[in-house]
Formats: sequence, structure tokens, C-alpha cells
Amino acid sequence: MLRLRNIAKTYPGVRALRGVELELRAGEVHALLGENGAGKSTLIKIASGVVAPDPGAVIELAGAPVEAATPRRMQELGLAVVYQNPTLFSELSVAENLTLGEDGPVISWRLRNARARELLARVGATFDVELPVKELRMAEKQLLEIARALGRSAKVLILDEPTASLSQQDADRLLDLVEKLRGDGVAILYITHRLEEVLRLADRFTVLRDGAYVGTFPRAEVDRARLVRLMAGRELAELFPKVHAILGDTLLETRGLCHAPSGVRDVSLSVRRGEILGLGGLVGAGRTEFARVLFGLAPATSGEILVEGRPVRVCSVADALAHGLAYVPEDRKEHGVVEALPIVENIALPVLRRFGGAWLDETRENALAAELARRLGVKAASIFVAAGTLSGGNQQKVALARWLATKPRLLILDEPTQGIDVGAKAEIHRLMGELVKDGMAIILISSEMPELLGLADRIAVFRRGRVAGVLPAREATRESLLHLALEDAA
Amino acid sequence: MKTLFARNPREGALLLALAGLFLLPLFGVDGFYAFSTFRSLAIDNLPVLIAAAGMTLVIVSGQIDISIGSQFVVGGIAAGLLAKAGLPMPLVVPAVLLLGAALGALNGLLVTFAGMPAIIATLATMVLLRNGVLQATGGDWIQDLPAGFQWFGLSSGVAQLVYLAAAAALFAGFGWAMRNTSGGRAFYAVGCDHEAARRLGLKPLRWVTGAFALLGAATAAAALFNFTRYPTIETNAGLGFELKVIAAVVVGGASITGGRGTLLGTLLGVALLGSIGTVFTFLHLDPAWEKAIQGAILLAAVVADTAFRKEAARG
Repeated sequence: MLRLRNIAKTYPGVRALRGVELELRAGEVHALLGENGAGKSTLIKIASGVVAPDPGAVIELAGAPVEAATPRRMQELGLAVVYQNPTLFSELSVAENLTLGEDGPVISWRLRNARARELLARVGATFDVELPVKELRMAEKQLLEIARALGRSAKVLILDEPTASLSQQDADRLLDLVEKLRGDGVAILYITHRLEEVLRLADRFTVLRDGAYVGTFPRAEVDRARLVRLMAGRELAELFPKVHAILGDTLLETRGLCHAPSGVRDVSLSVRRGEILGLGGLVGAGRTEFARVLFGLAPATSGEILVEGRPVRVCSVADALAHGLAYVPEDRKEHGVVEALPIVENIALPVLRRFGGAWLDETRENALAAELARRLGVKAASIFVAAGTLSGGNQQKVALARWLATKPRLLILDEPTQGIDVGAKAEIHRLMGELVKDGMAIILISSEMPELLGLADRIAVFRRGRVAGVLPAREATRESLLHLALEDAA
Repeated sequence: MKTLFARNPREGALLLALAGLFLLPLFGVDGFYAFSTFRSLAIDNLPVLIAAAGMTLVIVSGQIDISIGSQFVVGGIAAGLLAKAGLPMPLVVPAVLLLGAALGALNGLLVTFAGMPAIIATLATMVLLRNGVLQATGGDWIQDLPAGFQWFGLSSGVAQLVYLAAAAALFAGFGWAMRNTSGGRAFYAVGCDHEAARRLGLKPLRWVTGAFALLGAATAAAALFNFTRYPTIETNAGLGFELKVIAAVVVGGASITGGRGTLLGTLLGVALLGSIGTVFTFLHLDPAWEKAIQGAILLAAVVADTAFRKEAARG
């Protein structure tokens, strides 16, 4: 039904995909597997026309090549994508979401509701079609998305982590539905991190690693261990020179830390002075959420935080700063730097009070900023240019400098090297080494396993809001981390 | 009936509040329950109601227009000047409506194609139009209007009934179209989720521009309903008109973030906010309380909305 050949995608400075092949037959469930950042999302975006591949790629749907694919065009040709976070009209009713865009100029609500009920019946759902979608549960929204795809007579259905936010029961029901649709002759591309699901369901497996095509394998040729090996690949060469600092006392410890709304459950971890604690796991496994709890952005609903052995309350960012914590967030454009402000003000922002009350002592402010910018190797014409004009790597250094200005004892870095060039990356790694030598503790969140393996002293792997295990970095391998990050082996 | 209220809690609450308000004069006040009271209430609130229909559309589309007070007076003055220039009233009406639609469309284009935030764009046109009017007229009222201008030359008793019928037909038709046509639903889709609407093949920018143009036309219609009641046109009319309209729409249950709102809710919102003053007069209460209570109702509506959203986010 769907055939992708020679797919490559280059973003400035990054080769997201190269030489990828994918063939999807009618009446098959085809699993697409790979680690974080292996290129699965990019591949789906190309298949659904959201992103254009590099020249030379061939996309065939229902036997005919598709030139210049757009989302609209691919949809008309019978391809539907059900994203992890459903793209529904939350204020509108179930029936309206299912039928919007189908009717003529005048609408018959009776016919609309009848048609909606019929579509819902096909996916085995029974909820009220007049309910606003915002009142549905996540599992119901997923079913609604699938029903909508079927309503547009989709022949190819791409399911992107459909069970990621579902309970076991709901997930089982969804898997039954997928099997039923396969029986109806729909071609299904199933993306998931839950290997059990695809081992139960899928007919064939395509594996990507670091943007490259590893291969396509029939069910009979794979088992869990082989899939993990295929996804993890060989060990990478030592890119990350580890600085071994002298470990001091335990600086921070959490006991049974929970944040119910974001699903952080029962996290007990500790980090010592001079130590880099790596947090591994899949995107959405609860690492960033845990960091937000530590930094007071989402105060814990239960559990304890201990700093130097004494229980403390962290209910706000002010509390966290008072205890010597600093957090450099993942999304530097959104939360890391103020793009419109010059570098100097970005750096001095959290410590403005230090430069006097009503009147700022600008000389001292400038001196501090210049010192930090130099130490971090920020490349800019001066410290007075707007932070938004800098490259990603230099923006990240500014974001880091800002928090170093607060003289933290514990620095939490969330994906500090995501999307920045190799040079800047190396400088940030070098800096981390210097900081731990000075006795700072660092919590490093990274989806790049080699980075974790190379830099961290210990690695805690998160899975679904919990700590699945803590490994000393010396003993950990890409494969053992991946095993922990994925669902439990039987 | 039970599910009707469960599904439309805002309309239910408004209906209860309105019933309570209209029952107050039962306690020792004479002369409230007369046809003439309700007729003059309705006539007084007609302009707000008609403009609020258009505003509901704009708010449902996820936008806002604060320039309609200025558009309102521009519509009235244009009608007066055209009538004085000798244009017959049956031609004045479409001319004023077209002018209104053009002013609205201008706002729409500033928002969609110039990419300005709606509140800034319409703040600019609000000031521009208001001062333009003052400059052009020197602040003088429009007087010596032709005989056919006031009440379209009808006797005021007949005219009031005609106005009410016309407005009711207009409002009902608008309400029907918003609920039962693909076009009407497109505004909801666009206001709910721009990107998802685009993926459905709708063109959000066009719908948003269209919503502003329709509001402009509705405001012009409101101006006609309003200014043809008087023998003269005041050039400082319509101050605060936009706030009355927006408040009524929000109290009526439209979500300021777009995607939700009904004309029934807006009708009840206008009725509730617009009747308080009259009821208070009959009860010999200080009319100064009117604004305070309107403010309290608006606050209650927004608080109810926020609470509802939080609950939805949890569920």
C-alpha cells in the first residue's frame, strides 16, 4: 500500500535520516522501532506529507508515486496518522469531530449523529456522540481519532505510540482493535516503545538507528533480545572524556518523591558533591517532570527532599534557589533565554538583587556577565548583543551562565546539548567536568545514551514516571540502559 | 429537560438568574409587569443584541474586536449624512451595512494578513475611527434629518414592533446558521484549533477575516436600529458600547479562547445584563449599583469558566 524508498532528510547541521526504506502491505501490522532520536518521527512526518524529504526520495501510495506530498493530499489518498496527542477539536462534540468537513452547506444533526454512532461502532466505542471531546478520556480520544480515520476510508493507518498514555486495560482493547482492522485489510504502521505489544501484534519489523536504516525483519526472525540489539547497535567510540572528580558527601536526596498530575511516582535518588548523576529513559518517561519537582516548578504531592541530610520544603523556584539548586530547562527558546534582552541582562537576571535595590550597579553587573561569558566561551561580538541573535550552542551557554551566576550547589541540566553543534557540545562537556571538580553536583538529563554513558558517574533510568533502575556508568551499556527503559522483559 | 441543562449549564444558570431578576419586582412594586416595560427593555437592548451576535462569531473564532463602539457611531453618522444628502432610506440601509462590513474586514485583514494581535489592531482602529469622526464633524451633532429618517417614517408604536420582528428574524437566522451550516461550524473549528482546521482543508485566515466583516455588518445594523430612534445623532455616541457587547457574550458562555459559544447564551447574557438597570429603577434602588452588579456577574462567569477548564484538564 505504502512504499518509501531512499528517504533522506537533512536539517541544517543534522542528518536526521538517510537511506531509509519502508514497505507497508495491506492487512499487515508493521512495527517501526528505534531509540529516541533514531528518526521515527521524521519518517512519519515525511510519510504523511508534513515534512518534505531530500530530493531523490520516492513515496508510493496504492501503487502510484506521489509527487510533492502535502498532508491534505496524503489524506485524500487514504493515509491517516493518529498522533500520540490527538489533534481533535476539544470544544466540539464527538459527532462534529467525526464528520466535520464531510457535509454539504446545511447540516442535519440527526444524520451527523447517526453517522458518528456508526463510525464509533466500528471501533467498538459506545460513548455519547453529543459529548464535547474535552470530556473524553485519553483512551476514548484515541479511539475517536481512529474512527475519524476510518470515516475518511483510510487504507493506511499510522499509529504513533497509541498506547503510551493508556492504562493496561485500555491498551489491550486498542490492540484488539488493531488486530480487527488488520483483518479488514488496513495497512498499519505501528510505532511504539513497548516491545511486548509489537511482538504480539506485528507481522514485520523495521528498525532505525541514528537516522539510518538497519533493516526490515519478519516476525519469525526476531525476539526481544534481537530487537534491542538491533536498536542499540555497537558501542560508540569514546567521544566523551570523563572527568573523575572526587566524590564528596551526599548533597541531595529524594525519598519516595511523587507528583501525581505529571505521573512522577516514588522516586528515590541521591546525588553527591562532585558527582554527575545521569537520568536516562525514553522521552516522556518522567525525567523532566522529576526535575521540575526538584526545582519547585511543580511541587511534590508526596515524598521528601533532603539537602545535606536535612529535609527541606521546595514549593517554589525561590525555595529551590535558596537551597542552591539551579535548573537549565530543555527548551531554551521557550524558557532558557530571553531572546530580546542582551547577553548581560540574561546572565544577571536571577541575581539582580545582588546589584543593589532601586538602582542597579551596572559596572558590577557587566563585570559578572563578562567573566561568566568568558569562562563559558560564549562567542559573541559583545555581551550587549541580544541573546536571540546567537547560535543554539551559544544561547545554551548563556542559559548555563545565568544559572552559574546564582552559584548553585546542584545544577540540573535538561538535554543541554540537544540540537547544538559538536564544538559547543564539547565545550559544555568540558565545563561540566570543571564544575564537578569544584565540588558541584550535576543531574544530567539526556536522551543521547552515549552522552550519558560517557559523562555520568551513575545513571538512573526512568520508565513511566518511576526509576526502573540505577546503574554505575562503568557497568552500563547502551543495551542494558535500553532494556531498563523499555517495558520489563518477561 | 434534565440532560438539556446538564449539557448547557451556562444557559441553565442564566435562565435561573433572569427568572430571579424578573421575580424581584413581585415584592411590592407596581407597574413592572406591563407589556410596555418589556417592549422598551427589548427596544433599548436591540442594538447590543445585534452587535453581540456578530461578536459571538468573532469570539468563537478566537478573536476579539474592541473597535465596535467607534464603528457603531461611524455607522450612525454615515446613515444620517447619506439620508441628509437625499438618499432614500431603502438605499441607506445596504450602504451602511456595506460600510460596516468593510470596516470589519479591515480589522480582519490587520489581524490575519498583517499578523497583528486582535486587541492591538482593533485598539488602533477604535482610536482612529473615533477621532476621525470628531475631526470630520467638529463634534457637532447631526441635525435636521429628513422626515423619513426617524423610525423610517413610521409611527413609533408600529415601528417598534417592526424593529423587534426584524431583529428577532435576523438573530434567529444568524443563530440557525451558526449551528446548522458548514460555514457556521467552520468558525468553531478555526477558533478551537487553527492548525487542526487547516489540516481539514479549511482556510483559517479567510474565516477569521469573514468573522470580523460579519461583526462589522452586524454593528452597522445595530447602529441603524439605534440611531433611527432619535431625531438627531450624537457624535459621541457608542462610548463603552464594545464593553457592553463583549461582557454580554462572555456572560453568555462564549470562551474567550475560542471554539465555544452559542447565540442562545448571548441572548440570555444581553437580557440579564440589560435588564438589571430597569428592575433596579422599579425597586427604587440606587442605579449606581447596576454597573457593580454587572461587573460581579461578569466576574462570576469568568471564574466559572476557569474552574470548568481546570476540571476538564484534570479529567
